[in-house]
Amino acid sequence: MSDLEQRLRFALAPVEPPARLTDRFERALTEITDAAVEELADWELRSMRDPRNWLRPVGAGVAAGLAGGALVVVQARQRQRRRSKGRRRALVTGVRNAAQDARGRLRR
Amino acid sequence: MAELSGKAALDQEFSDLYRRHLRDVYSYSYYRVGNHHDAEDLTEQTFLQAYRHFERAQRESDGRPLRPWLIRIAHNLAANYYRDRSRRPQSNLEDASIVSATHDTEALVEGRQELEAILGGVQRLPEDRRDALIMRFALEMDNREIARALGRSEGATKVLIHRAIRQLAQSLKDEDEPPG
Repeated sequence: MSDLEQRLRFALAPVEPPARLTDRFERALTEITDAAVEELADWELRSMRDPRNWLRPVGAGVAAGLAGGALVVVQARQRQRRRSKGRRRALVTGVRNAAQDARGRLRR
Repeated sequence: MAELSGKAALDQEFSDLYRRHLRDVYSYSYYRVGNHHDAEDLTEQTFLQAYRHFERAQRESDGRPLRPWLIRIAHNLAANYYRDRSRRPQSNLEDASIVSATHDTEALVEGRQELEAILGGVQRLPEDRRDALIMRFALEMDNREIARALGRSEGATKVLIHRAIRQLAQSLKDEDEPPG
């Protein structure tokens, strides 16, 4: 290795990222997930008015849960996680109830 | 349920990727944009974009390391960053003390001027040469990885790095020699 290459290695030493960067990234992922859940909830309310869509949101609810999985990845704050999980759980439960109701109606 | 556990495994792998390469992406971003504020933005955007396309990248990687793919994302975002904001990279890195964390004080006192000359010379290189040197020396990537990150052949990458070092050496020599 030439002298200049050694000096380059010295000059371009790796830079440690600030700790706050991981917090920022977690927040960004949280926002994305929250936005997806809210969008899903709005879409759900609209689609529930049309019986043809009654079974579709079940899949969509699961998809929102999947997107939220990324939060676990970077150790998102417990409070945010609890809130997000709670919302998703309520969402999926609501969708399941609606689907059961829809199936009951179809049997009648 | 199998789908859920598959997603959980994928998220875990993304988590590993994030932890393993956060410093690489940040170092690349910092030497590329020249200040911590924009380096943080660039790093965050890089990982968000990587998260969106992670499953596909993994599928298409055939088991090869994903570091070049990550750095390529940062490279493309940095190019857009300058285009969108009509900015140029800062010629002087905002915080020359970054090296204090990795170099002892005596070496810093002795080599500060030289250090600044080298960093300035790197910043003045054409974009592709500068990027290649950052990848080689800050991230310790080999020719194959750099080639993948820059979308070039290994041969072309080897030539690129050779020319970058030669140009930098010439530029430092010119600075040392008094005009006239």
